Amino acid sequence: MTEDVVVLGSLRNRLVVILTGGAALLAIILFLFVRGYATLIAQQGQDSILSASVSSILDAAVLRDGNVELDFPYASFSMLNTSADDRVFYAIYADDVLLSGYEGLAVPQLQAGNEGTFASATYDGAQIRMASATRTLIGADMPRQISVTVAQTQDALSDTLNRISSNVALFGIGFFALATALSFWATSTTIGQLRRLTTAVTRRGPQDLSPFSKPVPSEMAPLVGSLNTLMLRLDHSLKQSEDFIAEAAHRVRTPLATVRSYAEATLQRVKNLENRNALRAMVRAIDESSRAAGQLLDHAMVTFRAENLNREDVDLVELLGDLVQRMTPIAEMREVTLKLDVREPTQMPGDPILLQNAFRNLIDNALKYAPSDTVITVHVHAAPTLSVSVKDQGAGFPADEIHKLAGRFVRGSDTRDQIGSGLGLTIAQDVAQAHGGKLILSNRPEGGACVTLQF
Amino acid sequence: MKYLLVEDNLELANAICSRIVLDGHTVDHAARIEDALGFTSAEEYDLILLDIMLPDGDGSSFLKQHRANKNDTPIIVLTARSEVSDRISLLDLGADDYVTKPFDHAELQARCRAVFRRKAGKSRATIEVGDVDFDPVGGHLTVKGNVINLRNRELRLLEILMNAKGQVFPKQKLVDRLFSYDDDVSENAVEVYVGRLRRHLDGSSVQITTLRGLGYRLDHD
Repeated sequence: MTEDVVVLGSLRNRLVVILTGGAALLAIILFLFVRGYATLIAQQGQDSILSASVSSILDAAVLRDGNVELDFPYASFSMLNTSADDRVFYAIYADDVLLSGYEGLAVPQLQAGNEGTFASATYDGAQIRMASATRTLIGADMPRQISVTVAQTQDALSDTLNRISSNVALFGIGFFALATALSFWATSTTIGQLRRLTTAVTRRGPQDLSPFSKPVPSEMAPLVGSLNTLMLRLDHSLKQSEDFIAEAAHRVRTPLATVRSYAEATLQRVKNLENRNALRAMVRAIDESSRAAGQLLDHAMVTFRAENLNREDVDLVELLGDLVQRMTPIAEMREVTLKLDVREPTQMPGDPILLQNAFRNLIDNALKYAPSDTVITVHVHAAPTLSVSVKDQGAGFPADEIHKLAGRFVRGSDTRDQIGSGLGLTIAQDVAQAHGGKLILSNRPEGGACVTLQF
Repeated sequence: MKYLLVEDNLELANAICSRIVLDGHTVDHAARIEDALGFTSAEEYDLILLDIMLPDGDGSSFLKQHRANKNDTPIIVLTARSEVSDRISLLDLGADDYVTKPFDHAELQARCRAVFRRKAGKSRATIEVGDVDFDPVGGHLTVKGNVINLRNRELRLLEILMNAKGQVFPKQKLVDRLFSYDDDVSENAVEVYVGRLRRHLDGSSVQITTLRGLGYRLDHD
């Protein structure tokens, strides 16, 4: 049935792609955010040291006789020591004139009393961070404006940032891996529900059309609901076909039974030979038509059941034992002995009703053609292949027709006056084929026919 | 033997009843499950023939109720349904056997005999004529203490003759009852069986008399 389904995409793949894609995006955002935040914090650290350094220099500046005097406090540069031996630059301006320091160190346009500004720039081929501050010194004659800029390269900072980045990247990858694993787990749990439903439906025998009653998640309830409705309808229509076949048989057979019983009863009273022959012909015709009707309906039922083969463990010995017991009165009537020859318990998976019907047809045939005082044997062989044979001691099959006798409505040319529909062997063959076996007709070397159902 | 026939089709029921009577048994007829239950509660039957489709319900409900009442009278179901669908459930419900309509009366008789044999055990009704004791169910004939096992047609022929001793049976009638309609046998086939029975009855007080041109009759001294 799978080959009729048009498949477009996969829920599982779609879910996995969405969930892992989401996890990847989250991991990247996390990485960028943590890295950005770490940069900000590290920058703030450097800035506050630079600013402290600037302040300490400014604090040391004094105005003496209108001249700016400045003793560098040792701490103002030592506080800038880093593990990476970052270089430190400085520039001190008094009223825009470089008093001391590195030329070309950009001087921010500073307002007096400015507590400090920060900037990033490139100096001498290196990334630097600058802190600048300005202070106005009020002397006797005129105020002087002192600007101090302290800059530092950022090697230690970028080392730290790289370390943080690689840690965050590792964390991000870990997060991604975990999220992916979780998404696979979540997906398979979700899909697992569907798969369990599928398995439960697939595992059912073809005859099992009862509604699916195990609990399912609410999202699947509409699907299961529709499935149950479909099964109910299917069950209904299957029951109708079975009922129809049974009802058809009933309708045909009941009036035939009446006519037959009357004819038989009348035959007991009528003496005139012509009338007697007419009555006998009538009974025979009734037998013929009822048998044909029965076989046709049986054949319909067999075809119907074979298409929906219901396999259960069938105890062949028990089934054949019952059948032989049931057919024994008919064998006795014909003074034929019916024997069951089984050497070991034998089981096979199959539909007991179909198997029983097939074997009954074979025994029926043997009973019809076996002469009085002969033996019909039903053999069960478990090895090398499982097979059931019905052997009689009659005339056997005509050699030139043996290959076509299993055909529908085909009857042997030597059937004389036997009543038959030509469907018995067809039914047996259909049943064998439905169980993956075959029907083999042969004549026994010691005389008589042998019909084997080999599975 | 006493039979109960449960069958709603009156024509078929009449035909079956007349055949049962012809075989030397008595029979009551019920057309509904309700009537059938009335009969079984009032009388003891040796066998019940039960149609499976009845106006006031499914014959299987009678089967269930019958078995629930601990009544172990054997039941043979007469079914017109397809063999394939009904077989297992009928036997599961406690039927002893079934025949599919339309049935050969000889087959029904054979099935009844098989059921009696399985069910009745040792307490079997025998027919006694003169010094001959005949057990039609077991198929034994006891002549002066010697037990003889009869073949099927011998036993059926003897049953017919013994059930109506003194009555003349034309050969043709006997052929009708001994052979099925698809056996194309001549009237002379009966002679073979009469011959065998005469050998079995040799030395007893019972004999089968040939009435030339008329048939056979069972007599005893």
